[in-house]
Amino acid sequence: MSPGQWGRSATLRARPQSAIAPLLIASPALVFLAVFFAWPLIEIARVSFTPSEISRGATPLTVLRDPAHLRALGFSAGQAALSTALTLLAGIPIALAFARYRFAGQRLWRALAVAPFVMPTVVVAAAFSALLGPRGALNSALQTAFGLEQPPIQLMGTLPMILLAHVFYNVAVVLRLVGGFLAAFDPSMEEAAAGLGANRWQTFRHVTLPVAMPSVGAAAALTFLFTFTSFGVVLILGGARFATLEVEIYRQTAQLLRLDVATSLAIVQIVVTLLVGWASARLETRAGAPLAARPADDIRRPVNSPAARALVAGSLAFIILVLGLPLATLAWRSLDLSGSDPLRYYAALSENPRGSLFFVPPQTAIRNSLFFAGATATLAMLLGVPLSYAIAQGSRSAAGGAARLAQSLDALLLLPLGTSAATLGLGFLVAFDRPPLELRTSVALLPLAHTLIALPFVARALVPAIRALDPRLREAARGLGAGPLQALRYVDLPLLAPPFIAAAIFAFTVSLGEFGASLLIARPEYPTMPMVIYRFLGQPGALNYGQALAMSTLMMLVTLVSVIAIERVNEQALSARKA
Amino acid sequence: MKRLTLSLTMATLLTACALQAPPTRPVMQPQQAAPRTLTIMTHDSFSASEDVIAEFERTNNAKVVILKSGDAGSTLNKAILSKDAPLADVIYGVDNTFLGRALAADIVEPYNSPALADIPDRFKLDPQNRMLPVDYGHVIINYDKAYLQEKGLAPPTSLRELTEPQWKGKLVVQNPATSSPGLAFLLATIAAFPEGSAYDWKQFWRDLRANDVYVSPDWSDAYYAQFSGSSGKGPRPLVVSYATSPAAEVFFSEGKLEEPPTGNLEGTAFEQIEFVGILKGAKNRDLAEKWVDFMLSRRFQEDIPLQMFVYPVAQTAKWPEVFVKFGQPPAQAFSLTPEQIDQGRDQWIETWTQLVLK
Repeated sequence: MSPGQWGRSATLRARPQSAIAPLLIASPALVFLAVFFAWPLIEIARVSFTPSEISRGATPLTVLRDPAHLRALGFSAGQAALSTALTLLAGIPIALAFARYRFAGQRLWRALAVAPFVMPTVVVAAAFSALLGPRGALNSALQTAFGLEQPPIQLMGTLPMILLAHVFYNVAVVLRLVGGFLAAFDPSMEEAAAGLGANRWQTFRHVTLPVAMPSVGAAAALTFLFTFTSFGVVLILGGARFATLEVEIYRQTAQLLRLDVATSLAIVQIVVTLLVGWASARLETRAGAPLAARPADDIRRPVNSPAARALVAGSLAFIILVLGLPLATLAWRSLDLSGSDPLRYYAALSENPRGSLFFVPPQTAIRNSLFFAGATATLAMLLGVPLSYAIAQGSRSAAGGAARLAQSLDALLLLPLGTSAATLGLGFLVAFDRPPLELRTSVALLPLAHTLIALPFVARALVPAIRALDPRLREAARGLGAGPLQALRYVDLPLLAPPFIAAAIFAFTVSLGEFGASLLIARPEYPTMPMVIYRFLGQPGALNYGQALAMSTLMMLVTLVSVIAIERVNEQALSARKA
Repeated sequence: MKRLTLSLTMATLLTACALQAPPTRPVMQPQQAAPRTLTIMTHDSFSASEDVIAEFERTNNAKVVILKSGDAGSTLNKAILSKDAPLADVIYGVDNTFLGRALAADIVEPYNSPALADIPDRFKLDPQNRMLPVDYGHVIINYDKAYLQEKGLAPPTSLRELTEPQWKGKLVVQNPATSSPGLAFLLATIAAFPEGSAYDWKQFWRDLRANDVYVSPDWSDAYYAQFSGSSGKGPRPLVVSYATSPAAEVFFSEGKLEEPPTGNLEGTAFEQIEFVGILKGAKNRDLAEKWVDFMLSRRFQEDIPLQMFVYPVAQTAKWPEVFVKFGQPPAQAFSLTPEQIDQGRDQWIETWTQLVLK
């Protein structure tokens, strides 16, 4: 590893490229986004701004004159910035621990950290309330210990509760994106810095963080947009006094049927998303420097110093306390401790005593969920991998159409994440109502909609890593006679396995946890696990509640098993030495 | 008489067989034409027994497709948005709080079903029968019996009492902007403390807010995460729910409970009536009429209680035992006309949001 790499990267970037080749590679994804994203939005905007009983002349400019909307915009952005900062603060050390050290049960811990990502908000809210609520475990313990009259912790319905829940949901984003990036890249510079007398903080601050910056920027952008458009967490854990733009859009759409106001607010959201996308794209390209890569397993070291022990122990403690405890509470409450059979609610999932038309055996729900998630992951990778290469390679050239195209694509790609689900759902309804795309009630709409959300994740996981991979490695392979696909197979894939796995896992879990029925028109023929959970939570009674929690616990297990399976299968398939 | 007994026995036997037999699609006779599809748009809470739907499909050589389209408000709005290219033949689940909007949007056609004869006039809110009543229920405050007993509190006897200090921080309501029972409860308070009276609904909500009322976004969170009387074991003993919730607690306890753990507070109820209508531009108008007749027939009406936990509107429909014992409707309920609701709703929600959330 010669330090000259840094100097020479400038020459590698300076070659201007035309925009045609990247555009061609990116075209399937661009067509997909045009048909399933841009068109529905244009159609719903057309309907919303045509004067009628559902449109009374509001525009994106006039809606912001309403102080309530301005407050919602301010709150959305403010809490998202705070949530993102806290998530990065918690997530980066954990990502570092997982990328740099080898320890027992690593794969399981990392899979566990992704499990919150798929959990329905109502269920998570119940778990937090059971732990931190006025009659929750923590308050009860404190009251007994100190003989207090009133519960000392009053978190429910406060901003800190919203932030805590956002960290709970999004730590996985940082762990996977930053951790995946670091795991693919060489720690020899960190070692060199340490050899030159830098302490750990200096090494982190001046070497590790700058190197990882592209992935930090990507993780920050995704977390910001996820929390900026937060709906369930703010509604349920915020206790109704807080309102994000997304909540206001839902209210204007579902209850008031003021589409002009709703779509105007959705456009405001889109503008903010573009700004975030532009900022993160700049951060990613400015910081990106090509590094040579080594397979992740060569990089991880045993936990051999007190500092390393502290980092790993701290990371695991965080995962156990903040992520594991609420999930364990759910699993505990899914047991029936009043009767003779603690697994009663699990057994009841397979029974249909009322002969209900909408009864779904658990294996059917699991199968459907896995099928949709698999379809989403496949489609998102098929579209996202070429797109990511187009962006990464285009942006390497210092000038020319390719660089401009790459940067705007990179920014535009985040749009589906920052677009209101309620607005897009209605867009589908008005756009796909006639042949050849009579899709309004089609089952295919579910994985298509999930892919829209998964695509930004795939690109954000892949682009920084592809861009940072030293292009001379690929050029050397081509020089030895390898075709472009062979170079991808034998150079990129083995070296970039962690980001590729992160991308596939996100695409999969985004679909697994997404409750599409409020967004789309659901056909009950293919119910998924979240749909079953919400059906149980719609009626009172111990059996319904117990079954909802049993199904949630099953969903957690399915997530753990799938994530671990995806990692194993891909690691084996991508491993260079086994090829 | 003998033949009646015989046919009743046969019917019971057949029902018993149908209940035990694994669910199968009806087998079509080869000479029959292919079944026509009847599409029904409804909200996420819709439920029915498999054999009841199968019976309709068999009798009418039809295939029933249910499209669940979100909550009641979202379902109606999706129907309005797609009125030029209707998604379905029938819409079910519009209630009296949204009836005015459905009629004003001109999405449904009149149908004078013969089955209306068995339905009391007080449910027929649309004189032109574009929207026909199917079932009704009551949004009402449930209380946690054990909690109140432990604290030595007697259940409140009026809405006004909820603003008194002993109920501080004890009531959970839903946001009327995002929840249908939340809207119904707001309407109950508007009917109880009318605009312009010395103590109006706005003052009532100001007092409730001062008394730390908790606002949940939806019924599930209110009932399971916030209410102490449910299996979720939340912190607060009073919640806006349904008059049938105590009966459902018994029904879903699988024999563990002989008495409901919760009760209804008289004097806090609002009546919700749900309607069905044939959409303009329905592809199968005749089949849609059959479906409406079927929903109002005893077969479907008697299936309603244990599937959706609301009351059938048909006078002759028998109620299940758990409803008779624990699910009686409240003695009195507040009400507003669909016109009043349609004119006031948006402004009331806006004012409520200002008063309670800001």
